[in-house]
Amino acid sequence: MTELFGIPLAALYGQLVLGLVNGSFYAMLSLGLAVIFGMLNIINFAHGALYMAGAMLAWMGLQYLGVGYWWMLLLSPLAVGVIGIVIERLLLQWLYKLDHLYGLLMTFGLALIMEGLFRDSYGVAGQPYPIPEGLGGALNLGFMMLPKYRAWVIVASLAICFLTWYMIEKTRLGAYLRAATENPRLTQAFGINVPLMVMLTYGFGVGLAGLAGVLAAPATQVGPLMGSNLIIVVFAVVVIGGMGSILGTVVTGLGLGLIEGLAKVFWPEVSATVVFIIMAIVLMLRPSGLFGRQQ
Amino acid sequence: MNSVFGKTGAAYLAGVILLLLAPLAIYPVLVMKVLCFALFACAFNLLLGYTGQLSFGHAAFLGSAAYLTGHALKVWEVPTLLGLLLGTAGAAVLGWVVGSLAIRRQGIYFTMTTLALAQMMFFVFIRSPFTGGEDGLQDVPRGSVFGIDLNDDGNLYYLVVAIFCGAFWLIRRIIDSPFGQILKAIRENEPRTISLGYDVARYKLLAFVLSAALAGLAGATKTLVFTFATLTDAHWHASGEVVLMTLVGGVGTVFGPLVGATIIVALQNLLADKVGSLVTVIMGGIFVLCVLAFRRGVVGESIALYRRMIGERP
Repeated sequence: MTELFGIPLAALYGQLVLGLVNGSFYAMLSLGLAVIFGMLNIINFAHGALYMAGAMLAWMGLQYLGVGYWWMLLLSPLAVGVIGIVIERLLLQWLYKLDHLYGLLMTFGLALIMEGLFRDSYGVAGQPYPIPEGLGGALNLGFMMLPKYRAWVIVASLAICFLTWYMIEKTRLGAYLRAATENPRLTQAFGINVPLMVMLTYGFGVGLAGLAGVLAAPATQVGPLMGSNLIIVVFAVVVIGGMGSILGTVVTGLGLGLIEGLAKVFWPEVSATVVFIIMAIVLMLRPSGLFGRQQ
Repeated sequence: MNSVFGKTGAAYLAGVILLLLAPLAIYPVLVMKVLCFALFACAFNLLLGYTGQLSFGHAAFLGSAAYLTGHALKVWEVPTLLGLLLGTAGAAVLGWVVGSLAIRRQGIYFTMTTLALAQMMFFVFIRSPFTGGEDGLQDVPRGSVFGIDLNDDGNLYYLVVAIFCGAFWLIRRIIDSPFGQILKAIRENEPRTISLGYDVARYKLLAFVLSAALAGLAGATKTLVFTFATLTDAHWHASGEVVLMTLVGGVGTVFGPLVGATIIVALQNLLADKVGSLVTVIMGGIFVLCVLAFRRGVVGESIALYRRMIGERP
């Protein structure tokens, strides 16, 4: 059997892998959004811009300093995390007592600033980023050719999501984090430095976005606009999955990536909108989201 | 009370006279652009300022009405006023669909839902043949109204002023009506409004549809002014711009959106050829500044200042 409904199976598998790659990015980004929202009560609109910054930094590192992929995989998320910490200390920390919407508006402004700055320097066109040595080529799985880099992206982001889950659910630091999310004042009264935790949480959350950006760099074109379109899809993912559970967020992200891949094969016209259509259906049937708690 | 009404009435009259005389001093197309965006922002403010719902998808209504009016005038060759009406009605229907989905969630989720649905409409517009894709819908005929030729900017100007004043008056009436009072109650305390026996979902939806329809009217008028409709109107940047205009002018004030739209459009006009793509950076900077230090906007801060001066407690 080499065809399904007239579609060659190899093409189907290829799109499914690509869907999983996109799903990994959705999962990592919505995970960061959820962690930040839990702690700061802010929906980080700048998340897409910081993802873009992660990818642009990786590209700039290679272009201007000759620093390769593996180093940038470490350095770029750190740099984005530091940018995040500066943003939190300078701007966001004044908004925690206000309505949610001010956090959204502030981070939207920051996203515009970052996008505009990169656009001013690099234009809107995307730059190619070479696939790192050792990850080029494809694995022959017998039934399909699996490009090595795509396999690496899926494995790496799953590992990162698992580590994040482990850190939050199983370690002492994670316990502090959950306590501070649940009741910051009480946690503070136990002698835990909650403002520091908030700062580090934001740094960590946007660092995840930066890491996703570096992972995405060789898989897509690196350009100033790569974040803004993605973040809107990620918002839809968050609306579908809810931000209540880490596992739910990751599963939703991967699942929607897969569905998008399927749509590209069977119904290409809706592939760009399928996530939004699913969001509308979920809102009709289960308004609190698949994994959300009823508010 | 009578003297207060007299004062406000006089202020409105002065405003209208100022508008009617404006083309003597300023390029009329620029004033018309300001009025279109001011109407857009007023419509948005009806939802954010008076119902407390932040929609990040209002570009969908501006854009869909702009396209629909453009298509009706160019391809179906309907009379101008009917074209405007069709665009507005289309935006209202779209607002009903988007609104009934979005009001199922509160707060931040409401905002993300509106943004996502608007993005979906954006993709629909990219793919639909009637929008002309990246090129947009060009050369829309302006037609005429009651035998007056609208191809003359001077004539069109008075139609645009009439549309704006009519819509502004309507928004004022909505805000001051019992319906508007219930919207404010929802903004202040939604659970309490529910416990008072109001069907909050219905009120929110109606507010959303009204806001979408008026945003649509702004989009339809904009098509008439510029004789084209493009993807820019439906892009999320436009949704962000209307938030910025309302924020700069003053959320929840009657004149705030008008002032905000004037400032932002003037700024964009001034900066466009000087700094190029850095305009986005400046707009982002204004966002950040407003949220940090200027949350009541120009009109809100002026009112607060006035109250302090006459010794009233805020």
